[in-house]
Amino acid sequence: MSPASFDAIVIGAGPAGLTAGIYLSRSKMRTLLLNEGAVGGQMVLTHEVANYPGVESASGYQLATTMKNQAKKFGCTIRSNISVTRMDLGGETKAIEINGRETFTAPAIILAPGGRSRPLGVPGEEELRGKGISYCATCDGDFFQDKNIIVVGGGNSALEEAVSLTKYAASVTIVHQFDTFQAFPHAVEEARQNSKIRFIMESTIAEFLGSEALERVRIRHLSTGQITETFINGVFVFIGYVPNTETLRGLVDLNQSGEFIVSPLLETNVPGVFAAGDSVAKRYRQITTAVADGTIAALSATDYLHTVGELGSVEEAVAVS
Amino acid sequence: MLQTNLKHLLSAKDLEETVAKNENVMVCCGRMGPMCIPVYEVMDDLQGEYPRVAFRDMEFDSADATVIRKLPECRNFQGLPFTVYFKNGKVVKATSSIQNRDQITSILDTQFPAKVVAQ
Repeated sequence: MSPASFDAIVIGAGPAGLTAGIYLSRSKMRTLLLNEGAVGGQMVLTHEVANYPGVESASGYQLATTMKNQAKKFGCTIRSNISVTRMDLGGETKAIEINGRETFTAPAIILAPGGRSRPLGVPGEEELRGKGISYCATCDGDFFQDKNIIVVGGGNSALEEAVSLTKYAASVTIVHQFDTFQAFPHAVEEARQNSKIRFIMESTIAEFLGSEALERVRIRHLSTGQITETFINGVFVFIGYVPNTETLRGLVDLNQSGEFIVSPLLETNVPGVFAAGDSVAKRYRQITTAVADGTIAALSATDYLHTVGELGSVEEAVAVS
Repeated sequence: MLQTNLKHLLSAKDLEETVAKNENVMVCCGRMGPMCIPVYEVMDDLQGEYPRVAFRDMEFDSADATVIRKLPECRNFQGLPFTVYFKNGKVVKATSSIQNRDQITSILDTQFPAKVVAQ
């Protein structure tokens, strides 16, 4: 067998992909884990994980490192910071090309590409990222000591980070597109009780302005269309995530939000291709749910491989499933 | 000290000597935080691919990192890490916040192009 050929290839090394890597490798499947970014995915964005069962408290980075080491210990091959340049998922043997020059094959693929912070997508955002616009309160909060900042969003992350940013900022204005919040009531209540926080509802950022750093924002009221311009030192954006599935459209079934449509066993519509983690269509996205997905996808893939092995061809395996 | 596989710059003198001894230097000045770790990992991966570049990190909160924090090229930066590229002792590029592999290699290829050896 070629060194480029594996039993299973997992794409994505967040908690779902790493868990799949652990389970597959431990069951002696030759497993390759490919990851376009840093190992850990969105998990490393978490400063402290305090609700992962069995671990009292750890940083997301520590948890990711432990999972990576577990996968490697069981023999999983991990390649990170690569670019997936081509995917052929249709046949019995699937092929994944990386960096335009190396191709790996396997009969089973687990797609766990995760998601990324959703940008606002308005003028000035890309140019002023890191110069007043941030997506990580724990990373950049202390640059805004005694400054006036805006938090964009209305979910748990936005409300919790807004409260956390009041440790540094003189004032925090939450700008949210709806007239109610999606966050849990206790998070909303905590924000409302904080004297440094004020709210601008039914509004969105229309434009970021500044020459070398962020200086002003234009805020549009969504009902009236009225635009106001405000001087501001910083803006933190927490408006959810987008699944990293753009390159998979047309290869497997995705819903309108770009999330994988899967069976309870995390099978996609393509035989031998499974999906796991935050890019799967579902209600809740936690490290624990990603880990559960990784487990199910790995066990399903293992079953599939055994069935294919016993029957000798993918078509027969699909026929009996 | 940062827990990375990169060589660490532990003082301003370290930085000065590294920049003096190497034609091309990339320094990532950050913490062990979510925006910084991906950059360290990319740098670690690229060490074999870009032997012409000295890859270093520096603890953002160390007193000696002031030399990076106060660079004119970083004066408007408000996002970690501060990543600075030196060529022949001079700053040729600086970026703020997380960068991916493609963004970093694009800068390396532009600022530190491989030398073409005449046949």
